[in-house]
Amino acid sequence: MSILFLIIPFALLIALIFIIAFSYAVKKGQFEDLDTPAYRMLTDDEDTNGVKK
Amino acid sequence: MNDKKLETFSYDDSVVKKFAIATVLWGAVGMLVGVILAAQLADWRFNFGLEWLTFGRLRPLHTNAIIFAFVGNSIFAGIYHSTQRLLKARMFSDMLSNIHFWGWQLIIVLAALTLPLGYTQGKEYAELIWPIDILITLIWVVFAVNFFGTLKKRREKHIYVSIWFYIASIITVALLHIVNSISLPVSLMKSYPIYAGVQDALVQWWYGHNAVAFFLTTPVLGLMYYYVPKAINRPVYSYRLSIVHFWSLIFIYIWAGPHHLLYTALPEWAQTIGMVFSIMLWAPSWGGMINGLLTLRGAWNRVREESILKFFVTALTFYGMSTFEGPLLSIKSVSSLGHYTDWIVGHVHAGGIGWNYMFAAGMLYYMVPKLWKTKVYSEQIAKAQYWTATLGLLLYYVSMVVAGITQGLMWRAVDAKGQLVYPSFIETVDKIVPMYWIRLIGGLLVLTSMLMMIYNLYKSIKNAPKNVEEEEFQAEALDHNKYKNEKGHRKLEGLTATFTVLATIAVLVGTIIEFVPAFLSKDFIEVSEKVKPYSPLEVAGRDIYIREGCYNCHSQMIRPMVSEYLRYGKASEAAESVYDHPFQWGSKRTGPDLARVGGKYPDSWHYFHMKDPRKVIQGSIMPEYTWLFGEKTEYQVLTKKLKVLKSMGVPYSEEEIYNASELAKEQAKEITLNMADAGVPMKMQNKQIIALIAYLQRLGVDMKEEK
Repeated sequence: MSILFLIIPFALLIALIFIIAFSYAVKKGQFEDLDTPAYRMLTDDEDTNGVKK
Repeated sequence: MNDKKLETFSYDDSVVKKFAIATVLWGAVGMLVGVILAAQLADWRFNFGLEWLTFGRLRPLHTNAIIFAFVGNSIFAGIYHSTQRLLKARMFSDMLSNIHFWGWQLIIVLAALTLPLGYTQGKEYAELIWPIDILITLIWVVFAVNFFGTLKKRREKHIYVSIWFYIASIITVALLHIVNSISLPVSLMKSYPIYAGVQDALVQWWYGHNAVAFFLTTPVLGLMYYYVPKAINRPVYSYRLSIVHFWSLIFIYIWAGPHHLLYTALPEWAQTIGMVFSIMLWAPSWGGMINGLLTLRGAWNRVREESILKFFVTALTFYGMSTFEGPLLSIKSVSSLGHYTDWIVGHVHAGGIGWNYMFAAGMLYYMVPKLWKTKVYSEQIAKAQYWTATLGLLLYYVSMVVAGITQGLMWRAVDAKGQLVYPSFIETVDKIVPMYWIRLIGGLLVLTSMLMMIYNLYKSIKNAPKNVEEEEFQAEALDHNKYKNEKGHRKLEGLTATFTVLATIAVLVGTIIEFVPAFLSKDFIEVSEKVKPYSPLEVAGRDIYIREGCYNCHSQMIRPMVSEYLRYGKASEAAESVYDHPFQWGSKRTGPDLARVGGKYPDSWHYFHMKDPRKVIQGSIMPEYTWLFGEKTEYQVLTKKLKVLKSMGVPYSEEEIYNASELAKEQAKEITLNMADAGVPMKMQNKQIIALIAYLQRLGVDMKEEK
């Protein structure tokens, strides 16, 4: 069962990566606007793109 | 659009096109192999008497082709397509994109060659041998660098939720693959995993379950959050819910692996963790499904007309059903019935066909016309494809659930006298063979639907205008000046990609350095004095067992239940597989459990059974293994094998190691002599069948119940 010494740190490591990534993302303001990203993604390509050259 | 800081750029769609084409081609190949396997279970003669096409060798090819070739290429197509648009940036490097594409196809071709030839690691969904494992790691790193490089040069500050799913998938798949694949090579084509027995089981299912989670689910969820809103041209139902969905899902998923090992020799508390986290998974999974389905709110009438939406809605529905059924099957009492049966096979195909294939089809019908600047050739064919696939899926799923529950109930049936109602295993197989035929029909329908899509997309692409110029777009650059004055760690934090990769590597390296020696020391492995290492001939036989993929149909793990005790003997213990590199507990009982088959039958029983199973057991669906009677046991390599095993803690003496070949020959002679009365000639002594018999007769003998 010594594999638990490896697998639990790995599981915790992955969880930790996600927590770090999460708090990092929050700090960077990724989630301060929870409305416009959902709309913006609809206007990012050829069909409806306002910025097409 | 008047800003002076506008930058002009274009998207690399050529790599997306390549991945899209590879998706459908490998998809058809993977499904064709699946159909052959379904036929083999319905009638053993479809094994064709060819070693390369027997079920045990072909089944890993099917699973690997569907997971890594079909779904793999589809998620790469979707990620390359959506990421560039979401980040308003061309991929970091066209060259890396191409290396990724061709490298991945090379891996698939190598898999398609090695698996039928019997080169396997013997771990489910991680069968590929070590050189291919290294290649996978390298190509995955290329993909990661390319992806994170694009993230760095993005022109959009906010990272849309899809990208979060991609990031998590890329990092976690790398970690899972590396940890699970660590092994010590014996030769170019053969290696032994450093883990053994219960340890290997835990790592394997930590990997196995999360391959489903982080390869078949999270990347596709990321794609779902892009393509479903796109197809319906409405924002996702709740962006807030998508963020909650993401963080809770990835956090919980990683723990759920042990639900594959309920009632095994894995310690109880680890099983309970696996079960509890699996049940918790229900909430985020359904949050995601609801979020996807409600994106269609007020536009349900369009589902009637547009096949793209039909595919997406069905995919989401099956995602919901599979993620309901998964936690259900993870409850110990449900698992006790469903585990080892075809119910699980039905469950994974509800996910594989219902979720992955349906989603890929919707995505391709959305993507291909855009990429090639054309229209879908025939909406009628797309609709016909949809209904054919759905019908096939339902036949597949229902037949497997019926087969699984029927057989599970028969296995456990005990009468008032405390005896098994169906003591012979074959009775429980014969009962469900009709279901295998129905499954074959279901599989054929799904394959047909795939071919319809290939035809439809081929015609669409053929009608496309030639030589379309690459479109150019403009967007503001991301203002890096804001972060210019940051130094040291603050600056590193600004480099999302670099930060994540560095942190991961740092901890990974530390952990490996700290723990690998611990594994190589024999103090770390619990040993029961009764359990002795395999003899050299048994090692040779075990490698044949692994090569032929016996674990695809036979488990080696007796669960602590009355019916299993009556059928197979005393429950298996962790100490019994301490020398098993890799463990062979298995996950399916198409045939009976073999954990204590040693000594149950005479040697000659196995001899004739392997040659023609139906001569020994009427109605058996097992293939014939005639080539084992022609090919010779490789004695020379045994010394090397024992040396490698010893370096991982299997206590062989120096004498045993250096005389391995002689010891094996002696034992082979003895076994053959034993069978002389049954009419086995002495000239058979060096054939592989003898080594296999040696191994089978050893199984479970060391800790057998004393009568």
